[in-house]
Amino acid sequence: MATIEISCVEVWREISNYLDGDISPELRERMEAHFKACAHCTAVLDGTRNVVGLVGDGRLFQIPDGFSKRLYKKLQKLP
Amino acid sequence: MATMSMTGSQLRPNEAELIKSVCNGEREAFYELLRPYERMIYATAISVVRNSADAEEVAQEAVLKAFSGLAKFRGESKFSTWLLQITYNEARMKLKKARPHLYESIDDQPQSEEGDFWPKDYADWRPIPSELLERNEMRQAVQDAINSLIPVYREVLVLRDLQHLSIKETSRILGISEPNVKTRLHRARLHLRDCLAPGIDGCWIRGRPYRKVRSW
Repeated sequence: MATIEISCVEVWREISNYLDGDISPELRERMEAHFKACAHCTAVLDGTRNVVGLVGDGRLFQIPDGFSKRLYKKLQKLP
Repeated sequence: MATMSMTGSQLRPNEAELIKSVCNGEREAFYELLRPYERMIYATAISVVRNSADAEEVAQEAVLKAFSGLAKFRGESKFSTWLLQITYNEARMKLKKARPHLYESIDDQPQSEEGDFWPKDYADWRPIPSELLERNEMRQAVQDAINSLIPVYREVLVLRDLQHLSIKETSRILGISEPNVKTRLHRARLHLRDCLAPGIDGCWIRGRPYRKVRSW
């Protein structure tokens, strides 16, 4: 059966759900067919995937020096 | 007592034991319980209040609240989710006190929830530059991009993509519907891509030129 085409705007609308695996198999198939043919949408997809990877990387926020020490000092002061 | 109803809960193996010890007056057990989550607490706080001094204050207040409220924790959610909820509430309260206008209607703000999203450009950004997070300037660029989001987008992004909570958990913590979580997350991610796709000085990898493919 032929895959029904999908527009760029519709693809952008679903990119986040696509990355989360939160779309129907039919829509996934249509989007994947679109990505094969559209370099722009593929660039948006790759970029968005990179963003998710960067934000989720544990190294993004570093705890300041002495943070734990000061925290446990506060706890010790509790009655 | 907190530990009475924890059978079949979502706690990590030793957490129920540690919680029991804390409730029995062993304060040292709380340090052990808390230690794996310090970074998570700080990251959540700073991504809401956006400066390290306030974030540390929020983290401390949240931890003190968690300690004194531990007996009320029923183990119905993960301990981490419960901690996140407390931290997030503290951070949000601090932000509201400092800048109440940020939580007013978002209708007039540029990152509106209405209408479709149009990418600013189609910059090809295939190499995954995750290892570049070792660089200060890189971490700063990503943090600045997150900070440029309006709070309602930022909080969803932080809970979902930074803290890896599910859509359901995020919806519960923020008190918004699941479709709303998805919409806001979508906009946050695409906005961030717009901010970050051009890289630092136009390129993510030193020595490799950046090919800008603006659509107009």
